[in-house]
This record gives sequence, structure tokens and C-alpha cells, in this order.
Amino acid sequence: MSVRRLAKDQPDSFAFNKASMKEVEFWLAKYPEARKQSASIPLLWLAQKQEGWVSEPAIRVIAEMLAMPVIRVLEVATFYTMFQLEPVGKVAFIQLCGTTPCMLRGANDLKDVLKAKIGPKNHVSADGKFSWEEVECLGACCNAPMAAINDYYYEDLTPESLGQILDDFAAGKSPKPGSYDGRGASEPKGAIHTLTDPKLYDGSYAKKIKLPNAPAKAKQAKEPAS
Amino acid sequence: MVGILEDKDRIFTNLYGLHDWGLEGAKKRGCWNATRDMLDAGSAWIIDNVKASGLRGRGGAGFGTGLKWSFMPKEVKDGRPHYLVVNADESEPGTCKDREIMRHDPHLLIEGCLIASFAMQAHACYIYIRGEYVREREIMEAAIKQAYEARLIGKDNVHGWDFDLYMHHGGGAYICGEETALLESLEGKKGQPRLKPPFPAGAGLYGCPTTVNNVESIAVVGAILRRGAEWFAGFGRPNNTGTKLFCVSGHVNLPCNVEEAMSIPFRQLIEDHCGGIRGGWGNLKAVIPGGSSVPMIPAEQCEDLPMDFDALRELKSGLGTAAVIVMDKDTDLVRAIARLSYFYKHESCGQCTPCREGTGWMWRVMERMVTGEADMREIDTLLDVTTQVEGHTICALGDAAAWPIQGLFRHFRHEVEDRITSYRANKPHVQGATLIAAE
Repeated sequence: MSVRRLAKDQPDSFAFNKASMKEVEFWLAKYPEARKQSASIPLLWLAQKQEGWVSEPAIRVIAEMLAMPVIRVLEVATFYTMFQLEPVGKVAFIQLCGTTPCMLRGANDLKDVLKAKIGPKNHVSADGKFSWEEVECLGACCNAPMAAINDYYYEDLTPESLGQILDDFAAGKSPKPGSYDGRGASEPKGAIHTLTDPKLYDGSYAKKIKLPNAPAKAKQAKEPAS
Repeated sequence: MVGILEDKDRIFTNLYGLHDWGLEGAKKRGCWNATRDMLDAGSAWIIDNVKASGLRGRGGAGFGTGLKWSFMPKEVKDGRPHYLVVNADESEPGTCKDREIMRHDPHLLIEGCLIASFAMQAHACYIYIRGEYVREREIMEAAIKQAYEARLIGKDNVHGWDFDLYMHHGGGAYICGEETALLESLEGKKGQPRLKPPFPAGAGLYGCPTTVNNVESIAVVGAILRRGAEWFAGFGRPNNTGTKLFCVSGHVNLPCNVEEAMSIPFRQLIEDHCGGIRGGWGNLKAVIPGGSSVPMIPAEQCEDLPMDFDALRELKSGLGTAAVIVMDKDTDLVRAIARLSYFYKHESCGQCTPCREGTGWMWRVMERMVTGEADMREIDTLLDVTTQVEGHTICALGDAAAWPIQGLFRHFRHEVEDRITSYRANKPHVQGATLIAAE
């Protein structure tokens, strides 16, 4: 379990801006009216997208919108580790995966880079631009080691490429997410021996087919709509 | 030929994202072909064929997918709608296959959702994707929009079964991969697993009959029905059929995702697709064959090992999600497992005392095993504690925290013992039993 608490310094108020409100409505439309508390995680996420972190006023506002007791939303905000309960780096917030598959491929070397360039983990740099934390498996293990920076994945990192990415952010650029090893995705680098048959892609598989094992009178077997 | 499976038998033909993920591209690759005919053939036909294909759930437990579907009530009763929920909370360390399906072949998943929902009389389906997969969620949302616009899903669609599909996302909690924790989370609560029974098929999402399936299990259904149950059942050994996405990470030359026939020998998988072990086959030390939760197996058991559910269970390990974490002879296995212990400590939801307290305790002892600072007799104490956590919790996270440690000591106990001995050798003042277990 990870113990997480709200930040000491809290803003006075929170309100979703116009753009966020549109998103809020998009999410609320997904659930039955009586079940709108289902949207608690997406709404907290939208609040975090807007402000950079989740504040106590935001939790109260969301509780009211979803007709939930504040304590229930507070519970959700503190339970899920994606919610940042304190401000993070404004230009780049780096979430470095440190779990075993990434560790085996050198995540600890990347930590040294982050420590040298930004400082200790979970601290915002003096200029407010950068912060980093170590997170648990982000599910991109074939592209290890990797980090999520401002939501997107930067993969196949080396101390050099990570250093370069940080420098680029510092210089006001937006480095491209994806593999930094020249890979497109999670294919074996430079040695794709599968999925090379052109017939897979020329439309042969889109031709009309007869289902194997289909019942003789297919229509009659159809279930009544319920 | 490389591997066992031929290209013509691969289901995920855009696994590497080299082609269009959109509707046009997906249709050209055979997706959405004859879907209407499948629905016309009826739900019993669909469930029977999925059963006959031998498809076992791809999320780790390996439970028969068709059988699971058949647990749903046959009719919608007392105004409680049926739901399909797709588990896309891929968080098991080592696993990164569902991500590739969602960002590169989203329409296979959408089509599978429609077919499975129809088979279980569900008019609505939620895909619960882990919160960190932001890009993957964006693509899924875009693909779902395409499907709505082409009237493949939605009200009055061309398939004749009203069907709504929604993406929902989580907040970075591994435990939400457990199906009842996932349902709690989807209802807007913290993700703590529910007591079973009632099982989700009786009372799941919003108290309604619900089936939770893994992304891969759902995404292969369309292809199985299009090509026939026998086709799918023709790969792999009996009871371990089909094609499977393997995620190979760690110390191989070319870490990658690859779709292969079930029961492919481990060595062939690694040498044909992943460029071999770093430093050659002889440099292999141990493998975690199914995601971090399953016990590791040593190199000598890997030579002719078929990668499937039953073969790995015989070795007291498991296929899990088929996430293969390879470790070569340079690996500090104790440290690798200690890091996993930290993972489980971090991800325990805190509901059951054995897990909440046990995962932290096991991690702290493991950290001292890494340095060698522990006492020799603590090894047995630690193993004893793992058995007190295992099987004494509501969900399987307690088991998952215990098994990697048990696997380490089953095969490499001597390494830890050597470490403790050598730590003490130069430090006469720590000899004896002065160090006791933390807390």
C-alpha cells in the first residue's frame, strides 16, 4: 500500500474551465444517470490535466458534481497513484518505470541521469519546470527501459537519449514520444521475420466468406432481441 | 521458416503497427468480415464454437472463455441488463500485449466486443483501460467513433443488435486488473476486490450480470469464428490450444512481442524471434515465464520446455499472460525478486491484513537478503510467511506476492545463502544471531 496525503498548501477554489467541461460531459454521457459516480476517476484526471495536480477544492467540486460524499472522492484520489496530490514539474513530469523488466535493462542508470539533471525524486526543481518519480510497471516491457513524460511513453531509453530528451524539454522543444532506438513499436529491431506475407494486406482476407460450421438455417437460429 | 506459426494463421496482422489501424485498413485485413453472419447464427452457436476452439482466457488465469460466457443467465431478467467488461488494465510486470492490440488493431477488439456482448445478451460493454495508456485510449476512442459512424455498432446498426461500447480508464492501480476490483473501480470507488460469491455473472457491474474478459481473449473471437474452431484448436497441445501473443523482455538480443502457436518450445521462441539470449544460450540463468506473479524457472528446465499452461504448471510455475522475462547470468536474481516484492507492497490495496502487512514485511526482509545482511534462519521464516500470505486473502495478489519469492528459493537458495555467508565472513561483529527480522 502506498500512503498518500493531500498537499499542505491548497488553492482557495477550483472550477473546470470551458474546454474541460466539454470533456466532463463526454464522460458523464457514458454511464447510466443513476451511476454517474462511475466518472470519478475520469473527472479527477481531467482536473489534474487542467491544473497539473489534484487539489482539495477540486475533490469537493467533483464530489458535488457526481452527488458523492466528499470522503468517497477523497478516497479515490488518494488510492490511485496516478493522481498527483502536489504540484509537479510544469514543463516535464517524468515517471520512470523502475520495475524488474525495466530494471533488468538499465532503469537504474536512468535514475542517475534524472537525479543529476533534476534532483531527488518527488521534488520539483527550483525553477518549477521539472520533477520526476519512480513508478511501477507501465506495461511497455518489450521497449524497456522507458518513462512516461507528460502522459506519453518514451521508450528504449539510454542515459544519453534520456539526457537529450530532458535538454530538449528545457530548451522549449517537445521531443517526440516513442522508441529512441529506431523502432516503430515492439517489433524485433531490424529483424522482422513475421507478418511479411503480402497476401495479408492485399485485401484477400476481405473477400466474402462462408462461415465454417455455420448452421444450415442461420436466420432461424437468431435470438429474439431483448 | 521462423517459428511455428505461418503468417496466414496470424490473427494480429498489424501487431507492429506497420499498417493502417483505422477501419479501412482493418477491413482490408479481414476484420468485420461476416460478422453479421456470426450474429445470425445465434448466441448458442457462438458460445459452442468458442468452447470448441479451446480458447482459454488470456489474462493469466487460463479459464475457458466459452465456459465463462455460458455462466451468464440465458435471459435478461428483473430489469437488470447484462454487461460485458473488457479488462484492459494491463499492469502485470512483463506484459505489454494488450497495448499493441489496442493501438494497432483496435477494430479486432471492437468486433470481438460486439460478438461477445451479443452472445451474452449484453447491449453495453465497457473497456477498462489502465490510465497510463493515454495514447492507446485516444486510438481506441477514435476507432470506436469510426465504428459508430460506419453503423457497425450503436443503435440500429448493420448487425441488428443494438450495442454501445464505452472506454473507461483507471488511475494506475495494479489491483484493478483483478476482475471484482476492476468493477469496483468502474463504479467509481477505490479498487478493492469483492468477496466471491456472488460471482460477476450473478452480480457484477451495478449489481447486474457481468462477464469480465481480457483484451486478447475478446480480440481473437472474430478470427476464431471466421476460420472455424478446429482451425484455432489445431495449434498447440490438447487443452492448450490456439495462437498466443508472447511478450519477451529482459536479457534477449531483440525484445519483442510476437504471435506464436501455443506450446512453442521456449528455446525456439527465443532464438527464432528474439535474437537469442544475450551472450548466447549458455548465458541463460532463469526465466519468469508468465509475468511477474509466477515463480521463476532455472535455465536447465528451459531447454525443451513447451510454452503453455499445463507444461509450466507441472514445473510449479505458470503461463500467466505469456510475458516472458529472461534473465542472464549477470543478473542479480535476489535483487530482481526484491524489486518485485516492492512492487507488490506498493500495489497491495490494503484490504486484507495478511497481504497489507505481509507484502511490506516480505519486501523488507528481501532487501536484507539482497545485501546479505539477513540471518540464515530468516530464509525459512520468510518462506513460512509466504505460505501464510498465500491463500489467505480475498484476491490473488497475496499469492502473486508470495510466489516469486518461493520460486527464487526453490531454485536459487544457495545463492542467497552464499551471500549471507560472505557478508558475515569479513564482519565478525555481525556473526551470531544479533540481527533479527525487521518488525
